[in-house]
Amino acid sequence: MSRTIDAVVSPTQTNTIPADISGQMLDLDEDDDLEVFSKDLTLADGNMFNASMPTSPGSMVNQCKFEEDEESDSKDIFITVDNPESHVTAIETFITYRVLTKTTRSEFDNSEYEVRRRYQDFLWLKGKLEDAHSTLIVHPLPEKFVVKGMVERFNGDFIETRRKALHKFLNRIADHPILSCSEDFKVFLSAQAWELTTYKKQGPGFLSRMGETVRAVANSVRGVKNRPEEFTAIQEYVEDFSNKIGSLDKVTQRIVKEQKEYLEELKEYGPTYTLWSGSEEELAEQLKGVAGCIERCCKETEEQVGHLSDTLVPVLHEYVLCAETLKAVLRRRDNIQAEFEAKNEALATKKVDRDAESSDLGFVWGSLLGKNPEEARHQRQERLDGEIEELKEEIDKLEDRVEWANNALKGDWGRWQRSMRGDLKSAFLSTAEKNVDYYEKCLAVWETFLLSQRTEPSEETDRDNTP
Amino acid sequence: MLSVSCLSALLLHTLERRMADAGNKESAPIGGDEFTNTELENNKNNTMVEEGSTLLRRMEISVAEAEKRTGKNTVNMQEIFTVYLIETRPIDAITEGHNPAPDSLWRRYSEFEILRNYLLVTYPFIVVPPLPEKRAEFVWHKLSADNMDPDFVERRRVGLENFLLRVASHSVLSNDKILYHFLTEEHRWKEVVYETGFQAKADSRIKALSATFRVKNPDKRFTEMKHYSDELQSLTSQLLRVRARVADRLYGVYKVHGNYGRVFSEWSALEKEMGDGLQSAGHHMDAYAASVDDMLEEEEHYADQLKEYLFYAEALRAVCRKHELTQYELETASSDLISKKQQREELATGMVRTFSFKGMTNKLFGQETPEQREAKLSLLEEQIVQGEETVTEKTVECEEYVKGAWVDMQRFKEQKDRDLREALIGYAVMQISMCKKGIQVWTNAKECFHKM
Repeated sequence: MSRTIDAVVSPTQTNTIPADISGQMLDLDEDDDLEVFSKDLTLADGNMFNASMPTSPGSMVNQCKFEEDEESDSKDIFITVDNPESHVTAIETFITYRVLTKTTRSEFDNSEYEVRRRYQDFLWLKGKLEDAHSTLIVHPLPEKFVVKGMVERFNGDFIETRRKALHKFLNRIADHPILSCSEDFKVFLSAQAWELTTYKKQGPGFLSRMGETVRAVANSVRGVKNRPEEFTAIQEYVEDFSNKIGSLDKVTQRIVKEQKEYLEELKEYGPTYTLWSGSEEELAEQLKGVAGCIERCCKETEEQVGHLSDTLVPVLHEYVLCAETLKAVLRRRDNIQAEFEAKNEALATKKVDRDAESSDLGFVWGSLLGKNPEEARHQRQERLDGEIEELKEEIDKLEDRVEWANNALKGDWGRWQRSMRGDLKSAFLSTAEKNVDYYEKCLAVWETFLLSQRTEPSEETDRDNTP
Repeated sequence: MLSVSCLSALLLHTLERRMADAGNKESAPIGGDEFTNTELENNKNNTMVEEGSTLLRRMEISVAEAEKRTGKNTVNMQEIFTVYLIETRPIDAITEGHNPAPDSLWRRYSEFEILRNYLLVTYPFIVVPPLPEKRAEFVWHKLSADNMDPDFVERRRVGLENFLLRVASHSVLSNDKILYHFLTEEHRWKEVVYETGFQAKADSRIKALSATFRVKNPDKRFTEMKHYSDELQSLTSQLLRVRARVADRLYGVYKVHGNYGRVFSEWSALEKEMGDGLQSAGHHMDAYAASVDDMLEEEEHYADQLKEYLFYAEALRAVCRKHELTQYELETASSDLISKKQQREELATGMVRTFSFKGMTNKLFGQETPEQREAKLSLLEEQIVQGEETVTEKTVECEEYVKGAWVDMQRFKEQKDRDLREALIGYAVMQISMCKKGIQVWTNAKECFHKM
């Protein structure tokens, strides 16, 4: 199922499609506007990828999945998000992050870029990518603001968590074979602030985007009639996965909470031994020893909780957001199919109209206008034929669109599942490792104490000798 | 890790070993004013038994079981209570290779209380071992506060056995006849102990303990020991309180992990490749959550060891207070004597040294007749003679008390240091065991995650 596409084709060169994808290709009505997406851009001849154009059915070709290994071997773009800074203007205060890009890709003019971006810019990028590739799975952004826990927007922990999530977001896009070729992505990484503002203003206007949204809503209300089985299966999985990951997120947060409360009590526990040692003679040393052990275990517990909060919690949270993204992607796919089905129904209705034997209304109308009934019927037939032809063209485009959307989703679905497994596996592994480490350190603390006790003389007669 | 029965066996062994030393020290019976002459005689006879041999050397004692009974209480209402089976066997028979069935009888907690109250009154100079707590205190949320809870009953059984072993191995207490009856005579024992009249003394003891009086010259060591007992009480109770809270929180942490078990298991049904790893990881999370119950139950034994010394602190304080009381009585008797002597001097010489109302009225209303004065003088002489006897008695009482109490307090101190040291070591061992279990579970979980 997975294939490699080596060549890059510009919209004008249709003949250089390599033979090995021929089996996957659609029968295309139009030869131009052919776009083939490739991950390996070393053969690129400096093409600009116009991914911000609305996808026309004819320009879509099958998506092919790419093998896992490729991603690590041929990584040619490295992005870091760091250095949050606060900006104060007359109207607002906001944070920007430095986005540093190093790349060998040829469609970039330079090999290094350093820009500053704010959260809004990331939101914009995500929106553009989703518009252009409605059935690809775009890694989620951290949320706008955290309602629970009433975290201040400018709180240090919040900023750091957000920074890490933004870093991951960009890197996931960079790893994606199609999304990383997006022009919007390139502009995001390379343009200076004012350039970006200008660029944002271009493109399809607000109103036309509104139109698309309204259509999408209308279609979703109508619902899709013949969803392919595999997408239903994916949807069911996503439903269940969403529940499970949500539960895991909650359970983990609860564990963090309980650990923190445990730590609070533990911090008071050690001192009770120290206090007691002040009243004892023979026992003072041992009591202080126990107090010391408890204190050191406190430190280890603090570290362990920190690790949990830094490593496992954010990943689980990300995948809660991912589940929502997946649901949205499936909905969009359904809408595309619904639109296609709707047009098909319209066509069927029109055909029925045309083939109808009599048309009383038309006849009456025609005779009112003084027309020949035969002529009236003929005119009507011609009109309907024309409309049918138009519909057929639209339907073909929509059909292509559905096909492309399905394939895009299928391809990305496998990719997403692999990432998900990898991410969650490594997060849980890291947690388990840290827990083992935690217990090993505590074990050492208590064993040292025990050793110090056993080296003291155990004979009662020696007891009164001060060491 | 030591189970409960192992712990009590260990205790028995260590008590025996160490009481051997304690028993070798001189332990003269102290006659207080509570003792009649015959009682003193009996005590002397008892201690004429070979020095260093305590009851425990002659008899194996254990509190073997606990059972529930129903019966009518003092207000004639039905109640459920627990009785404990005390088993005894003569050591000679055992060492000779016979294996006789133990003698046994049932006692309830209130009877232990009566025994202890008797001992407290009869041997005020001894730091009498405490009973396990009457009601569960320092309870953390999952631990039951119910006296009928089987875990509580079991821990109480251990505590009662511990009490008997300590008493039976004490060089002074172990010779008491009432104790012997307690262990051997089920039915008549209560009558016998009430016949000693200890109840009345018990009441006055309690009054005396809480009375306020100013003692001028207490033995400094006893004052220090009293302060120490107060500190021990507050420090151990604070420690026990915080420990219970820590245990509660730890319980919460472990139990929440059980949810991982459930969710992993459900999630594994959705996944193809990750399924096996998740499923087995889930099992380990369940095991982790379940492991905390045993660990915290063990820690309760540690808490019980600390509690014993919390209650011991009270007994120690009582011994110090008793000293203050006897010292006070001595001081009072002395100052009474002095004032009587002064009065005699005044009467005899006619000189008024100190101001007295009598003197004033004499001056105002005329002096007494010589006959009246003679009568007064001879009365005073009698009183002085009595007073001097009293002072002598009290002085001896005080000195003997101080001697006996100091010996026992030293014994107590050494016992406390030993026991608590072992308790702390035991605590460290428990922590180590807990860490090892944690390492095991999470290492296993790690393996499972690898398979994901």
